[in-house]
Amino acid sequence: MKSKVNRELPDDLMKQLNYQPFETTEIGNPEIQRVAPKVHVSTGDDKIVDSIKKVVDETLEDGMTISFHHHFRNGDYVFNKVMRVIIDAGIKNLTLAPSSLTGVMNDMVIEAIKAGTITNITSSGMRGSLGDFVSHGGLKNPVIFRSHGNRARSIEHGDIKIDVAFLGVPSADRLGNANGMKGDAVFGSLGYALMDAQYADKVVLLTDNIVDYPNTPASIKQTQVDYVVKVDKVGDPDKIGSGATRFTKDPKELKIASMVNDVITHSPYFKDGFSFQTGSGGAALAVTRYLRQAMIDNQIKASFALGGITKPTTDLLNEGLVKKVMDVQDFDKGAADSMHTNGDQQEIDASWYADPDNKGAMVDQLDVVILSALEIDTKFNVNVMTGSDGVIRGAIGGHQDAATGKLTIISAPLVRGRIATVVPDVTTVVTPGDSVDVLVTEFGIAINPKRTDLLDALSNIPGLPVYKIEDLQKMAEKRVGTPKPLEYTDRTVALIEYRDGTVIDSIKQVKD
Amino acid sequence: MAENEERLRRTMMFVPGNNPAMVKDAGIYGADSIMFDLEDSVSLPEKDAARVLVYEALQTQDYGNAELVVRVNGQDTPFYDNDVKAMVKAGIDVIRLPKAESPEMVEKLDQDIAAAEKQFGREAGSTHLMAAIESAKGVLRAADIAASSDRMIGIALSAEDYTTDMKTHRYPDGKELEFARNMVLHAARAAGVAAFDTVFTNMDDTEGFYRETEYIHQLGFDGKSLVNPRQIPMVNKVYEPKAAEIKNAKNVINAIQEAKLKGSGVISMNGQMVDRPVVLRAQRVMSLAKASNLVDEEGNYLEK
Repeated sequence: MKSKVNRELPDDLMKQLNYQPFETTEIGNPEIQRVAPKVHVSTGDDKIVDSIKKVVDETLEDGMTISFHHHFRNGDYVFNKVMRVIIDAGIKNLTLAPSSLTGVMNDMVIEAIKAGTITNITSSGMRGSLGDFVSHGGLKNPVIFRSHGNRARSIEHGDIKIDVAFLGVPSADRLGNANGMKGDAVFGSLGYALMDAQYADKVVLLTDNIVDYPNTPASIKQTQVDYVVKVDKVGDPDKIGSGATRFTKDPKELKIASMVNDVITHSPYFKDGFSFQTGSGGAALAVTRYLRQAMIDNQIKASFALGGITKPTTDLLNEGLVKKVMDVQDFDKGAADSMHTNGDQQEIDASWYADPDNKGAMVDQLDVVILSALEIDTKFNVNVMTGSDGVIRGAIGGHQDAATGKLTIISAPLVRGRIATVVPDVTTVVTPGDSVDVLVTEFGIAINPKRTDLLDALSNIPGLPVYKIEDLQKMAEKRVGTPKPLEYTDRTVALIEYRDGTVIDSIKQVKD
Repeated sequence: MAENEERLRRTMMFVPGNNPAMVKDAGIYGADSIMFDLEDSVSLPEKDAARVLVYEALQTQDYGNAELVVRVNGQDTPFYDNDVKAMVKAGIDVIRLPKAESPEMVEKLDQDIAAAEKQFGREAGSTHLMAAIESAKGVLRAADIAASSDRMIGIALSAEDYTTDMKTHRYPDGKELEFARNMVLHAARAAGVAAFDTVFTNMDDTEGFYRETEYIHQLGFDGKSLVNPRQIPMVNKVYEPKAAEIKNAKNVINAIQEAKLKGSGVISMNGQMVDRPVVLRAQRVMSLAKASNLVDEEGNYLEK
């Protein structure tokens, strides 16, 4: 069985898990049925609990699905605290369904897998020792990787049925009205966790900051919450902001960023009222700065900025260059703090952000998006999941979802050290080439031949050489040589879903 | 040497010869000249490794149209001979001699290059050279140094060593370099070679960098040595000709073509004779305009 991007998929698993192969980026207008959670009725006066153990004992059974969010990123204390109790309680065969897994959770996940506590995982991604562990066959059942929009879709469909959600928050009142904006460990938007709060059968909040009732603004509402657990600390404020959000001085990143800016400003989408998503990472932040100047020079204002938000973007909001920030997560403290001081920074949940099975998601309205890539191939397929060694070391994030924007730009260096970024075939297809429009490297750009309109608009721009992507691939190969093909075993360690729930590619166990 | 005069040398970017990532990426920033350094930025234990790295890079990497320069170690070091041989063998465009203080030093380099060209089957005279003026002695003999070899393409002022030699240091206003800058520039012009101004190292002082670059542009330097690729677009911006200059230059070029078509030796524009300096300046403006993407292939001004 093959997906439309010509990837062989494991027949047995596809049948066993009732999967269809990826066909098209078009979602169409199907009618779908959403699910609803169970409600254990309460007046709300009995939610405060001092012990995680008590909650685990009352709610968890073998075989259940549990979830967490990753808004604390590498400053997260909640995941490890809760998983410690669950492992020690001897609970088995859980499905772990967090919005994503960050490095600080790796050791605990591996321990839980070894103990038989966790036997299934669905996540946006994984990195480091956990990715290595899974790629070497450490987990029996395949990991299911889903984009942020697809996770929301799967939860609404019931494909992911969360029994208990453990959600850390920097502030909550005794009934569970909570937000991510007040307290010591603020992270701003609770975007991904809002799905869990709305659809999990049992919602457990963990906080180090119980405030007077009622807590406003309430992102998570008391109507959704079963338990409020007081813990000593939910997170390390210094590690919540990703280190990547400082402004880069790397001349290569700046060069790529200025070329990305050229692509945007010469595209038909750069006009008053346009919208964009830039994400985090050095080059993306630099693009935001260049874009700011271009907007001032051309007297253009954006109607909204979307997605993961950083301070440079909230600065644009304060300057009036962007009218609204639609915020599903914040990558730094500046953006997180700005959320409750600026009414035009709207917290949005993952469904509103990017769920394809919707009555309209924000990504459907998106004009320009800048995304990264570990690899991109001559069919414009993008890999953000596996390294050149075939080992899992990434996350889909909103990649597949935001790529549905009208102008999808992949910004990536032609080569990284001795590793080519532009390759004949990516190791793992995450985002299909059909939804990618322009690749920007330090040497020049390549335009998806399907976008003849962009070929016209972007050719003959001084300082912006246009290549065929095959030529860029050859340039990369000339510089770093041809790598030996990777060797895998027959065993599938992960499946990559497309955002509509079909399977676009699989990841095999690497051969040692 | 006439064709060398035409070449734009606004930016000469320093690249440490022992840094593979920087050596690999040196071609992407649009520097007019790339100068791989085997001298001061390479520590003693890495001298051989840097030489090998630059040699291999010159064989395998594509640096487009950039002029490729290597700064070899000084003639008083044990690395100089191997540096010169390896770089000539690699087919480098220009060898830069550090701490030049006399025409004899340049003549020695000229002879060593000639021998290496012969040894490695390179075309005689195909390897150019340039000299860096880094001391009071060098400044005072700049004119002789600039005129000391047919291979000479230019001389460069190197202010760090020079200011130390002068018992001063660099100041933001650059007054301490006034004499040296003018000596180097005059020596270069008198010998018909290029003049490169010194590096500006404080990357956080953008304003100061523009002030200095505008100043040396006004004096008449061909360009500036750079330590960071981020400075390249800034220098290019300073050297960008103005719209009126381009239009005027285009008229001069048209007049030249008209005269050629008529078979006339005298070029006239608006009824007045156009003399040689005007022609040269017009040609330089047009080549700067082309490099700055301000004109199309036919030399028509592109409105921004």
